[in-house]
Amino acid sequence: MRAAGLWSSLVALAAALLLPWYLLQDGIAATPLANLAWLTDPDFAPAAGQVLAEGRWWLLPALLAPALGLLSALLPLARPVRAAGFLVAGAGGLLALLAQGYAIGVQGWSAPWLEALGPMESRQFGIGWGGAVVPLALAVLLAAGLAGRGAFRGDAFTAAVAVLVAGSIGLFTAMPLVLLLGDAFRDPSGALAAGAVFGRLADDRLWSLGCLAGAPRCGVVWNTLLLGTLVGASTTAMGLAFALLVTRGRLRWARGLRWLTVLPIVTPPFILGLGLILIFGRSGLVSNAASAWFGLELGRWIYGLPGVLLAQLFAFTPIAFLVLIGVVEGLSPTLEEASSTLRATPRETFATVTLPLLRPGIANAFLLGFVESMADFGNPVVLGGNFGVLATEIFFAVVGAQADAGRAATLSLILLALALGAFSLQRWLTARKSYVSIGGKGDGGLAPPLPAGVRRLCLSVALPWAALTVILYGLALSGGFVEIWGRDYTPTFRHMVKAFDIEGGQLTGLAWNSVITTVTLAAIAAPVTAALGIAAAWLFSRTRFAGRGVLEFATMLSFAVPGTVIGVAYLRAFNLPPLELAGTGAIIVACFVFRNLPVGLRSGMAAMAQIDPSLDEASHTLGGGGGDAFRRVVLPLLRPAIVAGLVYAFVRAMTTISAVIFLVTADTELATVFIVNRVINGDYGLAIAVAVVLIALMVVMLGLAQLLVGRRRIGRRAAVPVVATRGAVA
Amino acid sequence: MLFRLIRAAAIPAALLAAVLAPAGAARAQGSLNLYCSVQLEWCQAAANAFQRDTGIRVAVSQKGSGEVLAQLRAEAGNPRGDVWFGGTGDPHLQAAEENLSAEYRSPSLDQLHDWAQKQARDSRYRTVGIYAGALGMAFNPELLARRNIAAPACWRDLLDARFRNEIQMANPQSSGTAYVMIATIVQIMGEDPAFEYLKALHRNINAYPRSGTGPIKSVARGETAVSVSFVHDAVTERLGGFPVSSAVPCEGTGYEVGSMSIIRGARNLRSAQRFYDWALTPAAQQLGAESKQFQTPSNRATPVPAEAPRMADIRLIDYDFAKYGASAERRRLIERWDREVNALPR
Repeated sequence: MRAAGLWSSLVALAAALLLPWYLLQDGIAATPLANLAWLTDPDFAPAAGQVLAEGRWWLLPALLAPALGLLSALLPLARPVRAAGFLVAGAGGLLALLAQGYAIGVQGWSAPWLEALGPMESRQFGIGWGGAVVPLALAVLLAAGLAGRGAFRGDAFTAAVAVLVAGSIGLFTAMPLVLLLGDAFRDPSGALAAGAVFGRLADDRLWSLGCLAGAPRCGVVWNTLLLGTLVGASTTAMGLAFALLVTRGRLRWARGLRWLTVLPIVTPPFILGLGLILIFGRSGLVSNAASAWFGLELGRWIYGLPGVLLAQLFAFTPIAFLVLIGVVEGLSPTLEEASSTLRATPRETFATVTLPLLRPGIANAFLLGFVESMADFGNPVVLGGNFGVLATEIFFAVVGAQADAGRAATLSLILLALALGAFSLQRWLTARKSYVSIGGKGDGGLAPPLPAGVRRLCLSVALPWAALTVILYGLALSGGFVEIWGRDYTPTFRHMVKAFDIEGGQLTGLAWNSVITTVTLAAIAAPVTAALGIAAAWLFSRTRFAGRGVLEFATMLSFAVPGTVIGVAYLRAFNLPPLELAGTGAIIVACFVFRNLPVGLRSGMAAMAQIDPSLDEASHTLGGGGGDAFRRVVLPLLRPAIVAGLVYAFVRAMTTISAVIFLVTADTELATVFIVNRVINGDYGLAIAVAVVLIALMVVMLGLAQLLVGRRRIGRRAAVPVVATRGAVA
Repeated sequence: MLFRLIRAAAIPAALLAAVLAPAGAARAQGSLNLYCSVQLEWCQAAANAFQRDTGIRVAVSQKGSGEVLAQLRAEAGNPRGDVWFGGTGDPHLQAAEENLSAEYRSPSLDQLHDWAQKQARDSRYRTVGIYAGALGMAFNPELLARRNIAAPACWRDLLDARFRNEIQMANPQSSGTAYVMIATIVQIMGEDPAFEYLKALHRNINAYPRSGTGPIKSVARGETAVSVSFVHDAVTERLGGFPVSSAVPCEGTGYEVGSMSIIRGARNLRSAQRFYDWALTPAAQQLGAESKQFQTPSNRATPVPAEAPRMADIRLIDYDFAKYGASAERRRLIERWDREVNALPR
């Protein structure tokens, strides 16, 4: 606790003395280093310089708070007194900095009533390195103080993780959404009117059940629920089939199947929908064949629920697969062996032991599928026809001809409520039992093969699906190498050349810029997402503190609302100082991280549910702190979940479109935005050429990640038990 | 302890590091942030040509007009764009109505066609017309031939039973194109007969896609036979290699006035005004046709390419943009459409 306070105070003080407080217009490289001029330059000065040379007295807390923290750490004080000092320094400093940041904006005082404090000549733009590091270190100081007062079992590491996770989620998830959702309680002119939300909620377009009685359509809420439930259930079933086959199916081509299931997830938006139209559309392959051979007119059945369902199954089965494979791999064979020792048939073992143990994974996979389906925008917009869902309604309430922020906010509220419902249901289903199957005892069991019936069932689901995937991809990706996709199948490389031309060492292709930006930003975002996700998963499943449930739900917020809502919310929240991120790559990275955090979190928590807490306790007994348990016990056991989180975060960042379409600028154009603009122009060749390169890139990354991180060693025997690697739980 | 703390702090610190690295470079002198709602090639060509002519660095951000309007609203407290170039006129008029754009009278205003000047007057000089495009019907001749259906020539043809389930128009709740169609029909027929027409048309419509260009893409891929679209979009599809023809309704038709506005609170106001004046010159307006976009340019001196639909040959109605561009009227008509037409069974 003392060390944590000491070091965080030192870091804060150093940042306040040395790092430029404000955002630099031309980057930190332009700092005038000669004669230490930057220390007092109005643009580059750190907090100390701003206070002394520029008279910005309101930055004084940036110096005083760390000094107080340092004092409390160094003076010989009793633990409670020292903790109180940390608390006062951390909390007080944070509050003071926050208050000044929001009180003084680009035009002096940011609210009229502040004029009473006297005239304000100065103006403040967004914070820079100094302005970011000082509050961050103060937050750690605050955590040290909390730990010192006995919170978080007195463990400074747990406290620091909790404070930082809570702070970042509050700042980057809750704050933007709360600001935006506030619109639901405003009337069209912008005045506060709490009653407005009821009028919007009672809208017949949302709740009508007329389609059951023969009317042309039902309310969008019912559509969304129906679609979400179907997608959640089917992706989970399919993901489970694939996960079981790959791990226990004794298939020679299991690896191929594994890669095939991952393909849809690395596909940029719109490509799948367009591919489905080429196969099943009215002038598609299947329809043409049916009318030529059998005289059947299949018509336009793909537009509506069937098409959206099909496309979402392609898109989201991999997520269920990624969640479930971690869980299936972590399943301890000991219990299953016990079951067969007691003379259960393989089928009984599967039904009464294996499946029930998989329940947390199944519930998580269903939740993800359900929520993803509700928030998906690209597939319903391409294939929805007259089948409206909340995500498309929200998008068009924001950007449509009848822009209505209040309606968009109300619909987002409904979407959030649905997600909350699914989330609580999942908790209720899994919270009452223990699913621990990785204990400290050596368990050198051998996973039983799938019962024959189950295996046949899995195969009958997985094989047709695999075949359809191959056809769909063959057809979709051919678009990059033919003259005109869907019409003229003369092979050509001209789209590839146009996109990725290199002339005399210069990257002259049209797509280079956006692809390089995308890879860079995704590569920054992925490790941050994975790390934060695992830290949060550990926090939520292993520690107890007040407000944990609220925090856990808050992380789900950004996942449950459609990307467009997030995009607009981010733009609105981070357009003004002190956090002036709009127009930078930073806002895109933050959007990637906090939008994809829930998946890392969910797969981390599903995996964590299998690890016996007594392992953590053993680490405590042996004198380790919270950090030791986390680093030495939990992390190594969580490798598959970490890999899944990392890979998923990277891939999602590379394929996200709706969330970032408002955030990209000319300097930070992303490949997905490039692709969508090409699709809108009808230039499919170029769009698919870029998509092909992105897919290839992501597959390479997936392979690398697999190689680098390797497998989790849980001491299971291989199928042919030559040497049992015992007790490898290190 | 130190290591643990560093590790704990590393996560958000890495995030913030990413956050702070690229600073807003476009604020330097002699630069311009362009929000562009025409096709990307056109945006790029305009930016490059302007940069070459003036030395002002242009950062282009291409988005649909609805998205730009949403962005302008979100950024109203601290605007980041300077000029909004292109996109259908209604969102520009809305931006003017909501005080999101700035007043500016270009000296070259009197070189423009009347409809472009009228757009400026209607908005009290907060926006100006840069091109116009007529509304019409696009169809897939291959598909029609295969089914032995004659092509449509008039609005009333679309009610014919031969087009049962063959027509698409965009959903006016989200698409400006579809709203232009409704306003056109209302102006041609009067409001109540117009809604009778739309109800009859509803029986022949197979879908109301959300985006304005959605229907013509379906025509191009043979997913539907006929769409209600801007005729210049049909030219673009045809040049892309798809079988798309278009017809201009014999009863007369409405049109859009693609517009340009200076954003209120623009950080580079002088550059913005220079761009505004430049974009109204014939040399700048020719760039549209060079990027395969065939709207009619607003400067009378700009040459019109051969492929472009000739506005002079089209029977245009006297479209009342001031009345039908106003938010209240628009909301009323769209709500009436949703209540009386969209709720009907087919």
